[in-house]
Amino acid sequence: MSISIGAVAPDFELPDTVGGTWSANDSGAAATVVVFTCNHCPYALAWQDRLADAARDYAGRGVRFLAINANDADRYPRDSFQAMKARVDRENWSMPYLHDATQEVAHAYDAKVTPDVFVLDSERRLRYRGAPDGDYDDPGQNAQWLREALDAVLGGSEPTRAETKPVGCSIKWKQ
Amino acid sequence: MREPDVELLWWEGCPSTERALAAVREALTGLGLGDVEVRMREVRTDADAEQVRFVGSPTILIDGVDLVPAAGDEPIGLSCRVYRRRDGRVSPIPDPDDLREALSCTAERLEVKR
Repeated sequence: MSISIGAVAPDFELPDTVGGTWSANDSGAAATVVVFTCNHCPYALAWQDRLADAARDYAGRGVRFLAINANDADRYPRDSFQAMKARVDRENWSMPYLHDATQEVAHAYDAKVTPDVFVLDSERRLRYRGAPDGDYDDPGQNAQWLREALDAVLGGSEPTRAETKPVGCSIKWKQ
Repeated sequence: MREPDVELLWWEGCPSTERALAAVREALTGLGLGDVEVRMREVRTDADAEQVRFVGSPTILIDGVDLVPAAGDEPIGLSCRVYRRRDGRVSPIPDPDDLREALSCTAERLEVKR
């Protein structure tokens, strides 16, 4: 079942690629952006730089980004934990890359595709869910929908566009 | 003299099919080949994917040859295919110029009357 806008999002505890553990709870964060993503999807890859830029731009305002890969690595080896580590080593990541090996977190968030973006406020309430912006093929859009949502949350107001349709590759569920 | 055989292999887990089909049709029309049929072939299962050596959706075959030949290490299976635009960007569909070039080459080889 989907999380409703305004509802408290599920907490989780997941490992990143460098030995850390992350939770959705962080009393110090003004907002948390949870992005379900992966290594092999062209949509996730096309939006990655825009998400990384947003993570850098909002880090100074108390926003943290958590990328989560929940794909079934048995059927999609390019999404294995090892492949995730290799990617982080190779690229300039601005957010931790978490592994949801059991897919419990993806199920709890009812994530559909990669990328699927969830913006949580300081009380972990869902304020935005959907795509980073309106077109994977237009870098100039610069994750505008996500940025608008973050600006609203940080400014203490409701995002005018609280939900959009996430666009991307289906999450690869275990069979 | 015959028309090129254009086939688009797709998988329902990837949302790029319509955009890819539109790009193929646009390229065909631009080459004066707007009447050429684009055959749609759904790849439903891992077994289907194995059978046609499917490396991702969409895959566009022109006279049976992959528009963008897959690298040897591309895994076969049900997934969305990663293409590179000519400017280096990642895309779920081929670069329109690659598409146009491949279709144009085939049409010239077949001496298609446009």
